[in-house]
Amino acid sequence: MSLRSPLGRVLGLGSARGGSSHWYAQRVTAVALVLLGIWFVGSLATLDGGSYEQVTGWLGSPLNSALALLLVVVAAYHAGLGLQVVVEDYVSDNGTRAAVLVAVKFALVVAAVVGALAVLRIAFGVAA
Amino acid sequence: MAQFKLPENSRVRPGKDHAAPSGARNVRTFRIYRFDPDSGENPRVDSYQVDMDGCGPMVLDALIRIKNEVDSTLTFRRSCREGICGSCAMNIDGVNTLACTKATADIRGEVKIYPLPHMPVIKDLVPDLTNFYAQYASVKPWLQTRTPAPPDSERLQSKEDQEKIDRPSACILCACCSTSCPSYWWNSDRYLGPAALLAAYRWIIDTRDEATGERLDELEDPFRLYRCHTIMNCAEACPKDLNPARAIAEIKKLIAERQH
Repeated sequence: MSLRSPLGRVLGLGSARGGSSHWYAQRVTAVALVLLGIWFVGSLATLDGGSYEQVTGWLGSPLNSALALLLVVVAAYHAGLGLQVVVEDYVSDNGTRAAVLVAVKFALVVAAVVGALAVLRIAFGVAA
Repeated sequence: MAQFKLPENSRVRPGKDHAAPSGARNVRTFRIYRFDPDSGENPRVDSYQVDMDGCGPMVLDALIRIKNEVDSTLTFRRSCREGICGSCAMNIDGVNTLACTKATADIRGEVKIYPLPHMPVIKDLVPDLTNFYAQYASVKPWLQTRTPAPPDSERLQSKEDQEKIDRPSACILCACCSTSCPSYWWNSDRYLGPAALLAAYRWIIDTRDEATGERLDELEDPFRLYRCHTIMNCAEACPKDLNPARAIAEIKKLIAERQH
């Protein structure tokens, strides 16, 4: 049992003076993902039923590979921001929360690097 | 982890049935959460059949009738019975609201009454609001200035500026909004909740206040403010028809504004 006053408990460690850049980045990346998503889904629709060479040829063009690279990186970043919020919401133990947050970030960096490498290999014409 | 299951000693058990008095013709059934900390027993839901003839129209009228005529041990807070004190906030028919302004006729079937959700229960329908009030106090809900008050008059404010604080000032601190918020359920130790943030907003937009920056500094925190995910249960629950969710969004916009 704590004998600390209720107000003392609420004031706790004080304000972190942060969180706004996270909030802002989450919204900006959301807007970017809407635009990139429209491009990606629209392109896939036109490629529907296309051959392997057609798809790699499309993805290999400078503009398309740049946009695909952006999609991979922005999606991973946005997912990281969003999952951080979910973890902070539901994992209340400080130690567990810190560990889960690091694990989530590691996983997303791996996913982003794998995705980016896949796009780059096609962009630079590395044989599969 | 956030708790999704009630602890063993909080599981609700079936309770007693209180039949309507003989000859009653207009009977409604009230199913009410009961918890007595002194008994050492789990909470239970008691059923009361109330003759609505001769009973006032609001849920609070029925609760008072039950306490007066059927079961004097039923415990709840009430005072003004006209929606301005905020004492009789409880969960009625699944929605947090004031028992004194909720008409029994608006509810279909059995009237289910529980204390405000996810709060420690002191007894029956009385929740422990200590943390809620401390959070309100933490936002310094009073005018802070550096300019001395004019010696011979009030601090002046234009009519338009006064209108900005009309609505947020109408909050009665009943806690219906905060206790309806899932984010507040999971993190009420650090998230201030809609009621305290609406109060903070009321002082942030008050043109007479000179501590706006400090107030925003204190709120700019991943937990105090940014736990709000615009779920909007607060605006849905507010018996005074206020919109804490919008106030929180405005605070976030003001913090973004001073950075860009």
